[in-house]
Amino acid sequence: MANEISIGAAAPGCKKVDPILVADNVMRQFGGLTAVNVEHVEIPRGQITALIGPNGAGKTTFFNLLTGFDKPNTGSWTFEGKNLAGVASYKVARLGMIRTFQLTKALSLLTVLENMRLGAQNQPGENFLRALIRPLWSKHEAAITVKADDLLKRFKLDAKREDYAAGLSGGQRKLLEMARALMSEPKLVMLDEPMAGVNPALTQSLLDHIKDLKKNGTTVLFVEHDMHMVRHISDWVIVMAEGKVVAEGPPAQVMKDPAVIDAYLGAHADTDLGTVAINVPGKAGN
Amino acid sequence: MDWLNIGSLALGELFSPFTATFILCALGLSVHFGYTGLLNFGQAAFAAVGAYGMAISVLTFGLPLGLGVLIGLLASAVFAVILGIPTLRLRADYLAIVTIAASEVFRYFMTTIGFAKVTGGSNGLSQFGEDFWAANPFAEGTYGFGPFMYRADELWIRLVAFSIIALGAVFVWLLMRSPWGRVLKGIREDEDAVRSLGKNVFAYKLQALIIGGALAALGGMVFVVNLSNVQPQSWGTTFTFMIWTVLLLGGAATILGPIVGGMVFFVLLSVTQGIMSGLVEIGALPFLTLPQVGQIRFLLIGLALMLLVIFRPQGIFGNKKELQFNG
Ligand SMILES: Nc1ncnc2c1ncn2[C@@H]1O[C@H](COP(=O)(O)OP(=O)(O)O)[C@@H](O)[C@H]1O
Ligand SMILES: [Mg+2]
Repeated sequence: MANEISIGAAAPGCKKVDPILVADNVMRQFGGLTAVNVEHVEIPRGQITALIGPNGAGKTTFFNLLTGFDKPNTGSWTFEGKNLAGVASYKVARLGMIRTFQLTKALSLLTVLENMRLGAQNQPGENFLRALIRPLWSKHEAAITVKADDLLKRFKLDAKREDYAAGLSGGQRKLLEMARALMSEPKLVMLDEPMAGVNPALTQSLLDHIKDLKKNGTTVLFVEHDMHMVRHISDWVIVMAEGKVVAEGPPAQVMKDPAVIDAYLGAHADTDLGTVAINVPGKAGN
Repeated sequence: MDWLNIGSLALGELFSPFTATFILCALGLSVHFGYTGLLNFGQAAFAAVGAYGMAISVLTFGLPLGLGVLIGLLASAVFAVILGIPTLRLRADYLAIVTIAASEVFRYFMTTIGFAKVTGGSNGLSQFGEDFWAANPFAEGTYGFGPFMYRADELWIRLVAFSIIALGAVFVWLLMRSPWGRVLKGIREDEDAVRSLGKNVFAYKLQALIIGGALAALGGMVFVVNLSNVQPQSWGTTFTFMIWTVLLLGGAATILGPIVGGMVFFVLLSVTQGIMSGLVEIGALPFLTLPQVGQIRFLLIGLALMLLVIFRPQGIFGNKKELQFNG
């Protein structure tokens, strides 16, 4: 089936018209277990791509590898043409590829606002010597604060601005982490289960934020179990199972793919994927 | 019991150079532990490296004391780098183990005869502080009132020591209100999160280790200039644990905490010593002898440290919400 994103028909590992991230032969083993074994995958620029797959498929590990938080046994990958294999995680972030964590990492004993400010880049006051002289960074700080307040309002966290992040609910922390990731205006944001634990009343606005990101030219790659969300906002879906990419394509097409239904549902293969919110219980990844 | 004497001795501790030493070391430890979450159990070694660096510069290389101070600070920075590079990329507990071990290694190294020409061996070094005493602007005589009566040289070292504390406290305060300080606090909470936001966590931890170590080095210098000698046995683990007690008493992630913590700690130590010695003298504690009282105090320090961590982990000034022992 033809589409605007891939060159030729959608198939596992297919080439994209305009890829932002390209990975080759990325493999990670834990002892005898091969958690990730991706031969080739390309993430399309300017699109919203969902990475789905059952628990333990290797999605989080793949995120960790791509962002420098873990080292693969083999493999290479490029971001905007720059080789990223072996690059330290903080440098990956500075290049404009920012990720969030499945297990939220809100900085509990910092206020919500300080969490947000920390997300900004190029604050000269983060340099030790300049830090001592406030006029060298106060203007920048004011600009960062305006941006932070704007994001907090959009994520409905403005009322919590001065609270310690420890006082937020699990869902609010997820939102804070996502808002914080956006402070640096990344080119690619990688969200690991952004919806997990978020109050359903907020899901719609979160979906809208993600769509807004795309409008502003940000590429989004997210891991999600909720098929409604995947179907609703993603332009492209990549399916992983047992460490491999087993299917990819536009959402409507992927949901009908027998390989996906097989990987996901096993015995419930006759159920329509679009009607169940799949959240396979059991071992949570990291 | 001579309550007046006990009280006056205790108040005398408020501004003693000894108290100043521990305040500076605890201020440095607050940068390490309170703000950055680094578990440094070798703070005594940072003080010792500073003290020896200064003394050896003066005695072996014939440099002026001022330059010796700079070299002592530099030596503590080198020490921080040596400890930091292999450990700061690992989990927090590695730093704890390495610092406590390095601290003991340094102390034994200074005791060995092999380098005694430079280090003084177990006898230590003396007569390096002449420049300091020569610079005393106060004329001979006594100054002050009540328990705060000082000879000219006593006043001079107190003035210098507490000026260093004031400058150190302002320095730390300026840093911690800045975006740089915010990154440190972020690292304390979760270093992976900070990494994911594009900060070079390792570089920040190393900077924190160096700055906190330099404050301890200054403390060590105050300590040895006041005593007019530097000896290896001063810098044992007891020294480090007293610094921890001072820090936790005052509040780890605060500026005033180490200062007030240090004062309260040494006043309390003096009061307990006075009261217990008094009780022993009148025969109220038949199971204790006078020399044992000094030992018992350290047992009490250990107990106090435990009680603090259990019942008031945030210290006198700390905000319970901001600092807990959550690893
Ligand atoms: N640090 C680790 N050590 C050992 N096994 C791990 C580690 N991290 C992940 N795994 C294993 O790798 C597989 C993939 O996990 P993960 O990437 O978390 O999956 P997903 O995010 O798709 O649910 C799982 O079997 C998991 O148990
Ligand atoms: Mg996962």
